[in-house]
Amino acid sequence: MINSLFLISHSGDIFLEKHWKSVISRSVCDYFLEAKEKAGDPENVAPVLQTPHHYLISIYRGKLFFLSVTQTEVPPLFVIEFLHRVADTFQDYFGDCSEVVIKENTVTVYELLEEMLDNGFPLATESNVLKEMIRPPTILRSVVNTLTGGSNVGGTLPTGQLSNVPWRRAGVKYTNNEAYFDVIEEIDAILDKSGTTVFAEIQGVVEACVKLTGMPDLTLSFMNPRLLDDVSFHPCVRFKRWESERVLSFIPPDGNFRLMSYHVSSQNLVAIPVYVKQNISFLETGSCGRLDITIGPKQTMGKSVENLTVTIPMPKSVLSVNLTATQGTYTFDLTTKVVLWDVGKLNPQKLPNLRGSISIQTGSPKPEENPSINIGLQIQQLAISGLKVSRLDMYGEKYKPFKGVKYVTKAGKFQVRT
Amino acid sequence: MQEWASQLCENRQFGSKMTDSKYFTTTKKGEIFELKAELNSDKKEKKKEAVKKVIASMTVGKDVSALFPDVVNCMQTDNLELKKLVYLYLMNYAKSQPDMAIMAVNTFVKDCEDPNPLIRALAVRTMGCIRVDKITEYLCEPLRKCLKDEDPYVRKTAAVCVAKLHDINAQLVEDQGFLDTLKDLISDSNPMVVANAVAALSEIAESHPNSNLLDLNPQTINKLLTALNECTEWGQIFILDCLANYTPRDDRESQSICERVTPRLSHANSAVVLSAVKVLMKFMEMLPKDLDYYGTLLKKLAPPLVTLLSAEPELQYVALRNINLIVQRRPEILKHEMKVFFVKYNDPIYVKLEKLDIMIRLASQANIAQVLAELKEYATEVDVDFVRKAVRAIGRCAIKVEQSAERCVSTLLDLIQTKVNYVVQEAIVVIKDIFRKYPNKYESVIATLCENLDSLDEPEARAAMIWIVGEYAERIDNADELLESFLEGFHDESTQVQLQLLTAIVKLFLKKPTETQELVQQVLSLATQDSDNPDLRDRGYIYWRLLSTDPVAAKEVVLAEKPLISEETDLIEPTLLEELICHIGTLASVYHKPPSAFVEGSRGVQHKRLPGSAGSGESVESPDTGSAAGVSDAPPAVIPSQGDLLGDLLNLDLTPPATTGPPPPATSGMQLGAMDLLGGGLDSLMGDESEPLGGDLGGSSAMGAGFGAPPAAPAASFSAPVSGGLDDLFDLGGGVGMPMGAYSPPKTVWLPAMKGKGLEISGTFARRAGVIQMEMTLTNKAMSVMTDFAIQFNRNSFGLAPAGPLQVLTPLSPNQSIEVTLPLNTVGPVMKMDPLNNLQVAVKNNIDVFYFSCQYPISMLFVEDGKMERQVFLATWKDISNDNEAQFQIKDCHLSSDAASNKLQGSNIFTIAKRTVDGQDMLYQSTKLSNGIWVLAELRVQTGNPTFTVSLAQQTVWSNHCSDCAANY
Repeated sequence: MINSLFLISHSGDIFLEKHWKSVISRSVCDYFLEAKEKAGDPENVAPVLQTPHHYLISIYRGKLFFLSVTQTEVPPLFVIEFLHRVADTFQDYFGDCSEVVIKENTVTVYELLEEMLDNGFPLATESNVLKEMIRPPTILRSVVNTLTGGSNVGGTLPTGQLSNVPWRRAGVKYTNNEAYFDVIEEIDAILDKSGTTVFAEIQGVVEACVKLTGMPDLTLSFMNPRLLDDVSFHPCVRFKRWESERVLSFIPPDGNFRLMSYHVSSQNLVAIPVYVKQNISFLETGSCGRLDITIGPKQTMGKSVENLTVTIPMPKSVLSVNLTATQGTYTFDLTTKVVLWDVGKLNPQKLPNLRGSISIQTGSPKPEENPSINIGLQIQQLAISGLKVSRLDMYGEKYKPFKGVKYVTKAGKFQVRT
Repeated sequence: MQEWASQLCENRQFGSKMTDSKYFTTTKKGEIFELKAELNSDKKEKKKEAVKKVIASMTVGKDVSALFPDVVNCMQTDNLELKKLVYLYLMNYAKSQPDMAIMAVNTFVKDCEDPNPLIRALAVRTMGCIRVDKITEYLCEPLRKCLKDEDPYVRKTAAVCVAKLHDINAQLVEDQGFLDTLKDLISDSNPMVVANAVAALSEIAESHPNSNLLDLNPQTINKLLTALNECTEWGQIFILDCLANYTPRDDRESQSICERVTPRLSHANSAVVLSAVKVLMKFMEMLPKDLDYYGTLLKKLAPPLVTLLSAEPELQYVALRNINLIVQRRPEILKHEMKVFFVKYNDPIYVKLEKLDIMIRLASQANIAQVLAELKEYATEVDVDFVRKAVRAIGRCAIKVEQSAERCVSTLLDLIQTKVNYVVQEAIVVIKDIFRKYPNKYESVIATLCENLDSLDEPEARAAMIWIVGEYAERIDNADELLESFLEGFHDESTQVQLQLLTAIVKLFLKKPTETQELVQQVLSLATQDSDNPDLRDRGYIYWRLLSTDPVAAKEVVLAEKPLISEETDLIEPTLLEELICHIGTLASVYHKPPSAFVEGSRGVQHKRLPGSAGSGESVESPDTGSAAGVSDAPPAVIPSQGDLLGDLLNLDLTPPATTGPPPPATSGMQLGAMDLLGGGLDSLMGDESEPLGGDLGGSSAMGAGFGAPPAAPAASFSAPVSGGLDDLFDLGGGVGMPMGAYSPPKTVWLPAMKGKGLEISGTFARRAGVIQMEMTLTNKAMSVMTDFAIQFNRNSFGLAPAGPLQVLTPLSPNQSIEVTLPLNTVGPVMKMDPLNNLQVAVKNNIDVFYFSCQYPISMLFVEDGKMERQVFLATWKDISNDNEAQFQIKDCHLSSDAASNKLQGSNIFTIAKRTVDGQDMLYQSTKLSNGIWVLAELRVQTGNPTFTVSLAQQTVWSNHCSDCAANY
């Protein structure tokens, strides 16, 4: 199982190590650093590396590498999932997952890692359980602790860890009982030059924020559950009920959690909310090019498109751009060569347009590749797949909770080829 | 009061800097000294802060082991956080200070009895992490207690502790009987305990491959399946991986496990999903294909696999590597999901390359247009590696999907027009492969390729271009100039290019000898005299010698027809694929190597195999039986190598040569041959242990059908045409000059000298005076004398076997030929061949053993007493069902019915009756095969019409096939 963990900054500095079995010298990271050097971009480092005596499995998050070392045959997905869980936990505890924050909280980090893994086997990875054992640092608690000599390590056995509902702690109490659900959908799409959809699918999640007293048993039902192609549930969801009745029946964890994620695949027709008319061309001679982009609404179901952004990674030989936007502002990053156009709200009466000239380093040939355009957008109160929650029922408790459902559609990896 | 004040003061100091980063500020020299003082402070708070500082130093790799006694002193405390911190420290440094660590033992033992289960668990857990022998001795007793603790939290911690202890001292664990206790925990009432026990046992089992620790039986499986539903996601992974090692007793058990595992496909944790996929992929093998559930299961597998691709890139990578295996094993699962593998420009490169690979595997005629459009798009991307692979992919598509070849070639030409250097080079390399797959089809593009000659700077592209020029030298007007231009810098080229250039110029010379003599001499001298590369020199000498001694032979060798390139050279070899399928989700599946190839210390890692299909026993006759072999029998190697021929001879061609090891001698191959009747490929699926079973089955069916008569063969083979012999036999017009007697086709070359190390064998078959004869001409085209000839046949459809030894009494000197006639009988072992009249022969001489196969005319098996009684004929003709009848026409046969009848009689096809209806002569004929099967025929001859119509009928289904041959007369 997982032997050791090294945290490495994106510049290659090993700033934390933790061993769950015998200590492995940090020189093992040299293999990784070598691979990182070769890959250039830190995102391109292969996640599984083999060295003469160890296997290195890593993830890259928040400009940090989480590098785990194993000596035996281990399912790599298990390790990768676990590493992401570690990163999630840091995020959860410290509000951020960066080198600075981790260095500020090393001892807590160390305590957490010790609780999360025992001899390489995951021990407690549920945030609810961890928080019962190690309380997240807050300014207030630190002050109180130093005054009273208390500690931020819980003294009692975390009840959730052994119950049938390990994700929920016992004895939850709220004065205001509320349950909110956010249906968030992201459109992943590739459109070709002419605007035809090459590929499109919807990744959806139902995020929940449940603050209910006691042990509530909830049932969430949809108007059109058949829409969903593939679903993954939080462990609390009773799979049998879903299979037979297509409802989500569960005892919720306390607080924020992801109830389910789903997938509406390319087999179904996916509505594309905007169209992009674009023309990016480079002249054979004269070291310049032209850019002209217009965006208009397509299938928005009567809702307005907000937070519209357009990102164009320009070829490396581009020196500068001289563009005018009819709406919003644009920036050109000289080091990354990325044009970012922040459009804002899409006005169907007056379509936003960005046009102008691109200048290329003199003497360099016409760029071989065409830049892809990345679109970002948001549509409030709409799940583009058409998914709708019909009702939420609560059993097991007497009080009446506040309930609410919110929908939002975003662009995920939404790319337009040119 | 004063103390209170000072503490307050201290607090303010802390308050000003609330974070742990303050611990990093102490890098001064006296740091250790300072910490020591603080650790020995009698103020709790100060102590704790000091321990925190120590831990912080430790986490960044600073050596704070000198503080060991001081830290251990802080252990005896009721403050849980302080205790935990001290434990953390102990785990790290106990090894370097074993004597000091002993001081901690008492506290541990005491904590193991603490009323708080959290403390008990913490103590036993920490003790297990201290890798000091003296401590482990003290660990045994507390551990034994904790394994039976009333609190499941303690039990599950203790279970893992056994694995820890085993890692430190395996003998101790066995002696103390902890393994048995651990096994008992699999039946624990708490699912978390079960999961941890499974995890611990699996880890221990890995270092003891043969210990049979995880003795899985239906009862334990049931317990595991129950625990599966209730334990944590990580526990589910352990349990699923453990389940995957189980082999269900029958398809029903297999199905019920599948049903209980399927819900895991909807888990949010991708590792759980993939482990579940592994279990399902493995157990599916046992399900009969016609079962509804089988189809349902296939459908259920696709969506979760697709969903894995929307996760983080690292997860995607592992998923893609595994999907690569899955699509090779069961392409049907994802055949409609091509689009999810389309590459996004901001995917990390390692994801892009994997997606591309899978796209090609899924490419088919149905989606090729889409795939090509995508690939063309990718060829304009920024990343050079990716672009190259995309161009290569286009070539692979051309080779894989024949219908698309033309489109692929034109796409490649478009790409060449872009003049982007590396694209052009890559395109030329793949076009070479396309030429090798479809010779003489796309040569029109050579001109375009030649235009780019100057821009090629990579050895592979240069070599490919040179190969093309050499291969098609006769069609390229200035081939000599082109090759000459390469020759100028001969010594600066890489070996690959040099070798290719040498061969290409020799080819050119053989094709256009007149104008290229100078060039070939130049290259030969460059290769032999000026080069110090032995490969190049040797090849140069061989060519030189060939050209100077026998240019004709040289032509045959150098310009020999090349075998076609294989369709899927990059497919994983089937047995390895099967093993990897059993290892889905593991490192092995990421590396695509068996675990034995890289797992350290895997002394005896068992090779896992897929279970065989349970239904195979009953469905011997069904042509579907072999479909479990799916991939393994799909791509027969197109390039016949020596190994393949060997395989062919033993009819093992469905088993990959690489794994069969040295093939058994032909005579002992009965069992294997019998297996083949079952549809082949089974043996590779079933594994060694099931082989005798399959063999018995096949053996008995062969026996039951009797030795002389071939057993009923699958209907599918009826359509196999016996084209070669048929055409020859129909050459009736040409046969006028032939003596009356059985038709004998002209001799053909069976074993070319190139493959026979100089021995050329051509031959034919004939039936003379009731004896089947094999007439061969052996020619020695080598430089040395050949002696000690012997011959042997592989089992064949009619049991043909040599009736005597091969009569070559005098040694065969170089350039000498000898005519040999070998009498044959039909009492040899029988095995159905495809085509039916295929005969595989091994000839031995003093040089080597050579294998070849030839086809004999069925007519030589027609026996002399094949004339049926009129009445019998009539009755039989009526009895035979229509299914056993075949009708076809013989064209351009300018013979009268009588002449035909006479001719046929010479070949032992007898005319029973003749009648004339509407100007048509109807001949009714019978013949009998050496194995006693009768074939009846009706021949309709219309005077003046060269087309004969033949209807054939047989008593057995089987003989339909030979009727084709009878029709030849």
